[in-house]
Amino acid sequence: MLLGRVVGTVVSTHKSAKIEGLKFLLLDMIQPATMEGQGKYVVAMDGVGAGTGEIVFYTSGSCGRYTEATLGRPADATIIAIVDTIEIGGKPTYVKNPVIEDAK
Amino acid sequence: MILGKIVGTVVCTQRADNVEGARFMLVEKCDQHGTTTGEFHVALDQVGAGPGEVIFMSNGSPNRQTERTFDKPIDASILGIVDMIDESGKVVYSKEQG
Repeated sequence: MLLGRVVGTVVSTHKSAKIEGLKFLLLDMIQPATMEGQGKYVVAMDGVGAGTGEIVFYTSGSCGRYTEATLGRPADATIIAIVDTIEIGGKPTYVKNPVIEDAK
Repeated sequence: MILGKIVGTVVCTQRADNVEGARFMLVEKCDQHGTTTGEFHVALDQVGAGPGEVIFMSNGSPNRQTERTFDKPIDASILGIVDMIDESGKVVYSKEQG
C-alpha cells in the first residue's frame, strides 16, 4: 500500500454508473521520512471516510475492489486506512492528534 | 517480489481492510546489499518481521492468496525475513553482518 495526504476532492457528475455514489479524493503521495508531498497525484476512492488534510494509505490494482464500498466496482485505488501515527527508527514522523502538554 | 528493509511502523485505527490483528510496517525498498532506495511502502506483516530486518514482500493481487488476506484489499505483504543473499557465489548480504 502507498501513503498519501488527502489534498482535495474530485467531483464528477458525468461518470460510469458503476462508480455512482462513491467519493473520490485527491491524494498527494508523501515521503514518510519528511512527510512532504512528492507532487505525484492519485484519484482514490474513499473506503473509510477520510477528510482533507488526513494521511491515508491506499491499495492498488484489483485489490481496490475488496472493500465494502468498492466490491464489484472498477476501483484500482481505494483508501483503506486513515493513519494515526508513522514511526521511523523508533521516532514518530507523524502523529494525527498530538497530545499538547499543559503549560506548567 | 521486492526486497525491502523494515524502517518503522504505521498505526491506524480507522480501517476498511477487515484483516484481523493487522500489523502494518513501513518498508523502504532496498537492493541486494541492503542499501535502501528512498521508496517507501506500507506492507502487512505476515512473518513477525522487526525493525532493521531485510525482508521480501509481494505486491499486487497475488497478495490475496494467503489465509489472512483472502478477499481482502491488501496489495503488499511481507512474506519472508532474509537471512542471506549471495550473488554470483559471493555473499552480498547476511543478517548477522546487517
